[in-house]
Amino acid sequence: MSRERRPAATLHIDWTLCDGRGLCTELLPERLARDEWGYPLARDGSGGDVPLAASQLEAARDAVALCPRLALTLRKD
Amino acid sequence: MNEALWALGRGTGVVALLLLTVSVVLGIVTRSGRPLLGLPRFSVTLVHRNSSLLASVFLVIHIVSLFFDSYAQLRVVDFFVPFLGAAKPFWLGLGTLALDLMLAIIVTSLLRRWIGRRVFRVVHWFTYALWPVALAHSIGNGSDGTSVWFLALALASVVLVAVAVAWRVSANFIEFGNARKGETR
Amino acid sequence: MSGMGGEVRPPRGAGRLFAAPASDLTSHLATFGPVPDGPAASHLLDELQASGLQGRGGAAFPAWRKFAAAGSGRDPRSRGGAAVVVANGAEGEPRSAKDATLLRAAPHLVIDGLLLAGRTIGARELYLVTTAASLPYVARAIAERTDATAIRLREVPEAFLSGEASAVISSLEGGPALPRDKSRRLSSSGLAGRPTLLNNVETLAQVALIARFGAEWFRRLGTEEEPGTRLVTVSGSDLAPTVREVVGGMTVAAIVRAAGGSTDTLGAVLVGGYHGAWLPAERLDTPLTGHDLAPFGAAPGAGILVLLESASCGLKASAAIAGYLAAQSARQCGPCANGLPRMAEVLEKLAGGSRDTALPAEIRRLAALVTGRGSCHHPDGTTRLVLSALTVFSAEVKAHLAGGCLADRRARAGVAA
Repeated sequence: MSRERRPAATLHIDWTLCDGRGLCTELLPERLARDEWGYPLARDGSGGDVPLAASQLEAARDAVALCPRLALTLRKD
Repeated sequence: MNEALWALGRGTGVVALLLLTVSVVLGIVTRSGRPLLGLPRFSVTLVHRNSSLLASVFLVIHIVSLFFDSYAQLRVVDFFVPFLGAAKPFWLGLGTLALDLMLAIIVTSLLRRWIGRRVFRVVHWFTYALWPVALAHSIGNGSDGTSVWFLALALASVVLVAVAVAWRVSANFIEFGNARKGETR
Repeated sequence: MSGMGGEVRPPRGAGRLFAAPASDLTSHLATFGPVPDGPAASHLLDELQASGLQGRGGAAFPAWRKFAAAGSGRDPRSRGGAAVVVANGAEGEPRSAKDATLLRAAPHLVIDGLLLAGRTIGARELYLVTTAASLPYVARAIAERTDATAIRLREVPEAFLSGEASAVISSLEGGPALPRDKSRRLSSSGLAGRPTLLNNVETLAQVALIARFGAEWFRRLGTEEEPGTRLVTVSGSDLAPTVREVVGGMTVAAIVRAAGGSTDTLGAVLVGGYHGAWLPAERLDTPLTGHDLAPFGAAPGAGILVLLESASCGLKASAAIAGYLAAQSARQCGPCANGLPRMAEVLEKLAGGSRDTALPAEIRRLAALVTGRGSCHHPDGTTRLVLSALTVFSAEVKAHLAGGCLADRRARAGVAA
């Protein structure tokens, strides 16, 4: 897979709201893993602002809509 | 015509109750953060949401059909104000109460992005009142309420919800609950 | 540009912020002159840019840029409304005393800076937040003058994170003094959604001096990168917390001596406070500048230096700080609430004499795991301190894993000698 030049959008995790319920990690497995306490862990080490490729936008929108804690926002750059 | 309305009213009431049971149980599973029998977490949440929406659709048909059914003697005020009914006011009142709670929960769920998490959560807790009230209404008011098949169904639902609630209050409920030593606010 | 046509001379030497002989308004005016008024607004922004003044709360962000961002309101995400200025004197860091000292000794400079900032960005609301202990000094100063009635004084609790910018805003809005998610910048959406300029009280005091005497005067002391003077707090190793105003670019060793400390028996100095990094004794000739400290992962921060005797174990000292920081987590973010106690626990084990050779790697793993995963920089700052301890005290780590302690050995040798 070739490297994306620019992310299509950024998925922002509000850590004060996140409770590690794991829905986003199921929907975006290629971007998010889970740490030993269940909280989402960006595979590229990007912390709380996870860059997304265009192909991941739809899954990210689902994650935003389904997050039980409303902890996610999608930002177009 | 009346017979058809009556049958529709009964049938949709039973279906609404069963959907509500499914929603309550899946809501508890959602809270645990765990998948359910191969169903991923996001699907559990989706089915939880959709079953409650579907339940409210059946509830609307249930109420409207019985409103036009002359035997039930429903008035508009009985939709919203409990215990004023002409027939079986107590049991009908429970149904009204359940409807009011359902309305509050559905509206706050649809608006949760705007009203904030706290209001959403507090109102959502009323589900634990809504479900038994709806069940009591169906047994006490329904014409099938005391038939064997319905009581068997009701008993199965009670067991299902009771097991879910017992699990909910157990120590090992939250996924990663044991790994998380630092409790968050 | 002096305030009153030559009557007042700009302070010479390093004693700028504390140039007035007393904290009252008369001494203040006699020393510094009145706040220049009139068309200074746009001019001040230029002077600030030319001065190179950086924020003194710890982040070292260029002051003029912060002013410009809050004043422009050009951010499309801004909900608008009249701008707000907040003077932050919360000083949550336990090893810092400079803000309290400044508010006590020179409250009028801070008030001047706050008024100037408000005028520059067209703010309608001005706040000064500080701890209960410092409030009376500021209140007394405000009561002395007629131009400061718009300033609202607010108390914040004394906790490590209560001075964090978004925690200050939260507390001003009536919420808990805890950090918030940073999806919006304060400059566009701060207090009640309005453009907000939040500055450390020392930064504002420096602004008050630059507005009077100009950027060129400011730069007469210090270096290109660290112009002017800055306040430092030195403590540790029998030295009670001592606040000094020092010239930018001074070496750590010189600052320690200026504060009355000795560098002879030091093993290391913690630079930048509990979110800072260790500087080994043999490198105390490093100037207190961002550039010079970068190789150590340190920064001048809020000017905090903590001394460690060579006979004191750096791992034990670091473990104690890590334990404190873990307990100070706001417990809002899962990775911080779970990761910091775990990291502190493993470091404590290593410091306590465990010979498990997997411990250092486990500390590094946990550090990587929590970094960047919180609404504020608490996990990042704690990680910086812990990783710095493993690097600077690497010989001590080896000694501990071999069942000994270099500091203990030095202490015993010292007693024997």
